[in-house]
Amino acid sequence: MITRRDFLKYTVKGAAGLALPLAALEIIDSKKLLADISGPGKVRWAFVVDTYKCVGCGLCVKACKLENEVPYDANATRTWVERYVDTKEGKLYADTPKGARDGFTTNKIDLGLGKFQDIKNDDIQRAFFVPKLCNQCENPPCVQACPVGATYQTPDGVVLIDRTWCIGCGYCIMACPYGARFFHPKYKTAEKCNFCYHRITKGLKTACVQACPFGARMIGNIKDPDDPVTKIIKTERVGVLKSEFGTKPQVYYIGLEEEVS
Amino acid sequence: MGSHVWRPLFVIIVLVIAILISRFFIVPHDFGIRGKGYMYGWYREGNIEDWKNVKVKYQGKDYCKDCHADKFESILNSPHAIIQCENCHGPALDHPSDPPKLAIDRSRATCFRCHYPLPYPSSGRAKIKSVDPDTHNAGIECSTCHNPHKPNLAAQ
Repeated sequence: MITRRDFLKYTVKGAAGLALPLAALEIIDSKKLLADISGPGKVRWAFVVDTYKCVGCGLCVKACKLENEVPYDANATRTWVERYVDTKEGKLYADTPKGARDGFTTNKIDLGLGKFQDIKNDDIQRAFFVPKLCNQCENPPCVQACPVGATYQTPDGVVLIDRTWCIGCGYCIMACPYGARFFHPKYKTAEKCNFCYHRITKGLKTACVQACPFGARMIGNIKDPDDPVTKIIKTERVGVLKSEFGTKPQVYYIGLEEEVS
Repeated sequence: MGSHVWRPLFVIIVLVIAILISRFFIVPHDFGIRGKGYMYGWYREGNIEDWKNVKVKYQGKDYCKDCHADKFESILNSPHAIIQCENCHGPALDHPSDPPKLAIDRSRATCFRCHYPLPYPSSGRAKIKSVDPDTHNAGIECSTCHNPHKPNLAAQ
């Protein structure tokens, strides 16, 4: 016969045991937290963007949309170019009209909702362009968020989306700190840059890298020490976007500014 | 245990078995946990091949070199040598079989992607020669006077 005291004891112990997540019992290996370039496989794709070289022509965006069949007139794109303008009065403006599909052919800043800000060239303190794309994070939060296993990281580090498996819940779009994901207007599934996976696996450059006349974009394999991209990442001053999120983004920027996020 | 326990338990067991059997048929056999584990590596392996099989549309300028050798050479000796053929001529796809002709984008907007004056400090844009689209022969295609393959008027 169980006493009331024992019954209460067991109940509390049992409930506490059930509430304990299995993860709490795992001993964390610090090596697991480092970027995985020692793991199996010979390839880990990474990207370098040189913001000094970018002139904001948007030919990369045009090539990307046509190569990857993202509807051309839809306001959705896998890669885009942002313009940052600092004025001498200390104001910061940033825009990316249509993702810069047609480049920047006006000095008016697109403020959205049909409003534009005219900035005279003499008022500009500094201004520059920043191309953006999926960072193919080492710890991709979008993949963690997917409830059905429709998005995943390939052994060579690229995050892909399985269109046949995606249920279109949109959690991954919200989880990405970089705003790299969107709904594909035609397939109604999540969509994003995948470093032109069909091209890089055939030995080609991505469509944006090939289209860029100024060499502002580079793709390479950081497991190959002789790759130009690896050399830049190891020897030059590069930065990544939102490193504080712990996502370990693999798109490295030359000439990154604090205001760019 | 009496039949009042066994009967619902039996229903539950049958249900669980039915779900497991249907799961076996519905979930693709290449769906599973790989690589870095459940958090990042839970996926259908066949999807990697699906992505690899996407058609390449931009072929690169070496694809154009043999048939259009004259054009290929002429642009190489101009400041436009850095520009890919397909940036203006559109993706080659399987040209010349499909499509037999490529649509050339001769619009002024194409030229002003680079040649609209935006003298931004710390950007390469400031170093590119530019003209004001409103005052420089507005409304006329740039290629009327400038050959895109040899854009310098003095050199023509």
